[in-house]
Order: sequence, then C-alpha cells, then structure tokens
Amino acid sequence: MKLPTLAAVSTALLGLAIALAFFYAPTDANQGLSQRIFYFHVPLAFTAYACFGWGAWKALLHLWKGDPGADLESYVAIHQGVIFGSLTLLTGSIWARISWGVWWSWSEDQLVLFLVLFLFYCAYFMLRFSVDPGPARANMCAVYALFGVVLIPVSFLAIRLSRKFIHPVVFTSHGPQMSGAQFLTFCVCLAAMLGLFATLYALELAGKRLDASLRELKELLA
Amino acid sequence: MSYAGDVAALARKDLLLELRAKETLPSMLLFVVSALAIFHFALPRGAGHGAASGLLWVSLVFTALLGLTRAFVAEREQGMFDALVLAPCDRSAIWLGKSIAVFVFLVCAEVVALPAFGAFFSAVDGRTVAAVALADVGICTVGTLFGAMAVAGRARELLLPLLFLPMAIPIVVGGVGGYLWFLALYDVLFTVLAWAAFEYVVAEA
Repeated sequence: MKLPTLAAVSTALLGLAIALAFFYAPTDANQGLSQRIFYFHVPLAFTAYACFGWGAWKALLHLWKGDPGADLESYVAIHQGVIFGSLTLLTGSIWARISWGVWWSWSEDQLVLFLVLFLFYCAYFMLRFSVDPGPARANMCAVYALFGVVLIPVSFLAIRLSRKFIHPVVFTSHGPQMSGAQFLTFCVCLAAMLGLFATLYALELAGKRLDASLRELKELLA
Repeated sequence: MSYAGDVAALARKDLLLELRAKETLPSMLLFVVSALAIFHFALPRGAGHGAASGLLWVSLVFTALLGLTRAFVAEREQGMFDALVLAPCDRSAIWLGKSIAVFVFLVCAEVVALPAFGAFFSAVDGRTVAAVALADVGICTVGTLFGAMAVAGRARELLLPLLFLPMAIPIVVGGVGGYLWFLALYDVLFTVLAWAAFEYVVAEA
C-alpha cells in the first residue's frame, strides 16, 4: 500500500476508534470514565509487542538471509516500539493513578515488564549509536534485537514469579471478558494502533532511505 | 584440534594471562568485599535476612560486570581480536573459552564473597549456593556475548552495564526468590542463543 493511502486509512481508523471509545462503548460500572483508557492502553501495548516482534523478525532475516534492507527496517520497528512502549507506560501510569491512587505500582506486572523492555531497548539505541555504521553494527544490533524477544517471555515469567498478581485480567483462558460493544471498540482501537504503527513505520523508513540515498549522492559528488 | 581442545586452549590462555598479570581477579575480590561493607551501612538496623540476601545478589551482579568489562579489553587494545577471528577454529569457541574464564573468576570471587556475606550478615544456605552457581552460568554466557559487543563501541565500559543490566533482572528475580528451575531455564535459553549468535558479533564484514 502506498504511504498516503496507508496514512488516510489509519487516520480514519483512529478517528473511528476515538469516537467508539468515547461515545459507543458502555461506561464501566465499577471504574466509570477512567476505564475508557483501556481502549488505548492495551492496544498500545499490543502494538509495542508487534513492533518488537517485527523488529526481531527483520533482525533474523538480516542474520539468516543477509537481506540488505533488514537492518534499517529492524531499527525503525524497534524505534517505533519504544515510542509505543513509552505511551503504554504513560497510559498505564495514568490508569494506576486513577484506579489505585498511585502513579506506579510494582504489583502491576505489565507495567513492570514494559519498564524492563523500555530499559532494554533504550540500551539498543546506545549500542547502535556507539558503534560505527557498517556490517558489524548491523549484526550486533540484530543479535541484540533477537535477545529482546526472548527476554519478553522470560521477564514476564520472572515478574509473575516475583509478586502477587493484582492487575485486572481481561484476557483469560476463557476468552475476552468483555461485552460485545466493548470488544468491538477494542478491536477497532487495536486495528487503529496497528495502522498507526504501519504508517509511522513506512514514513520513518522512507525518510531514512531518502537520507541514505542523499548521503550516497553527496559522496559521489564530493 | 577438536572443538573442546580449542575451547580449553582459549580458556587456558585467559587464565594464564590473569595468573601472570593479576588484573581482574584482585579487583573483583576487593570490589565485592567493599560492596558488602557498604551495604552493611546502607541497611537499617535489624533489616533482616530478606533485605541482606537481595543485596548479596546486587553485589554479585555488579562484581560480574566488573569482570566482564575487563574480559575483552586486551583483545581490542592489542588487536588480538583479529588474530582470534583468523584462527582456524569455530568462532563460538572464542566465546565459550572466554565464558569459562570469566566463570572461573566469578566463582573465585564468590568463594570469598559468600563466606564474607555469612560473616557480615547471615549464613548462606545450600539453596542460595545452588542458585548462585546457576546464575553464574547465565551471567557469564550472556555477559561475554554482550561484552564482545560493548568493546566494539566508543562508550565501551559504559555500554556493557546498559546492555547487560536489563538482562540481569530475571536472574536477580530467580536468585532472590530461590527459583532454581527458572535460573536453569534462563541458562539453557540464553546460552544456546549466545552460542549461536557470537559468530555474527565478531564477524567483520
């Protein structure tokens, strides 16, 4: 899909998602208005996972097939992942403040997991900007990105082990515990966030590629 | 030479270097004892065994970091990396040899640290010793891989803690909680990954 089309589709989806989340979905009986942040918080978190997963997949393609563009694509996906992850931390924090009266709760394991991932992927940028560009850097970044996706389940397990569990569980083994209207809103919000990711990913990638070809041209002229 | 022979030769080289230069191990020993002494003053009176055992894990992870930071310095500074990569052996043997050497250093430091902890705070039980041994494997294998990455960067000593500490969080959770199966799982998972990945980290172009 072309970038303008993609941007238009995700803008429309985002608009629809906001409208549904605020006007269509029923107000939660216990939590009231604050529950509506769920429609943004959880899709943001899922999208962040999708970004990290996509970044790791591209990293694997780089190491395995030597795909020439995969390093940049992996970097851009992880960059977007850190942005979505930060937004997850932010919205989760707001939710914790309203629901439990604290900005940060160590007993909410999704929040803690995102903190660990945030620290891990921030170090990815430190690694990337500390090593000179080239195939060696591409390999190291790819290896680090692969460690990241393995770290996600391991950390999740570690966090579950380390504390008692009071995070509201919406997705259990019995399927989503939501009404139809809530579930529809949630799905639209998730699609909107994924669309936003796809747009931002394509945009940043196009910019970075333009940058690279401009640099090549400059070198040719010099 | 066989794979095991290569690994043994490489590990022997690092241990011999350390035996002659005595650069890493004395500083690790001094560090871990000073850290424990500092933690004694950082803890409030009567803080109990739980708080102290948490600090044991903190000091072990930081001591390991100290050793890992030094692990590849000689290779980079004296251009030994190129020679090692050129050597007719599997590249993962370089990683395994180095991991074994770091493991030996860390165990030496712990042979002092655990009794010191017992003397300063409270006695160490067998479960903690087993957890420390299992954690060491994960720390050394993952740390050696990340150490090889960190020395390639400009920040070097600064970079390794940033790369490694998020990876160490599950180790600390498993160690403090005494979840031996979890530490074993961590070891298996990340050792295999590091073993497979090392080749790409040292390959130039």
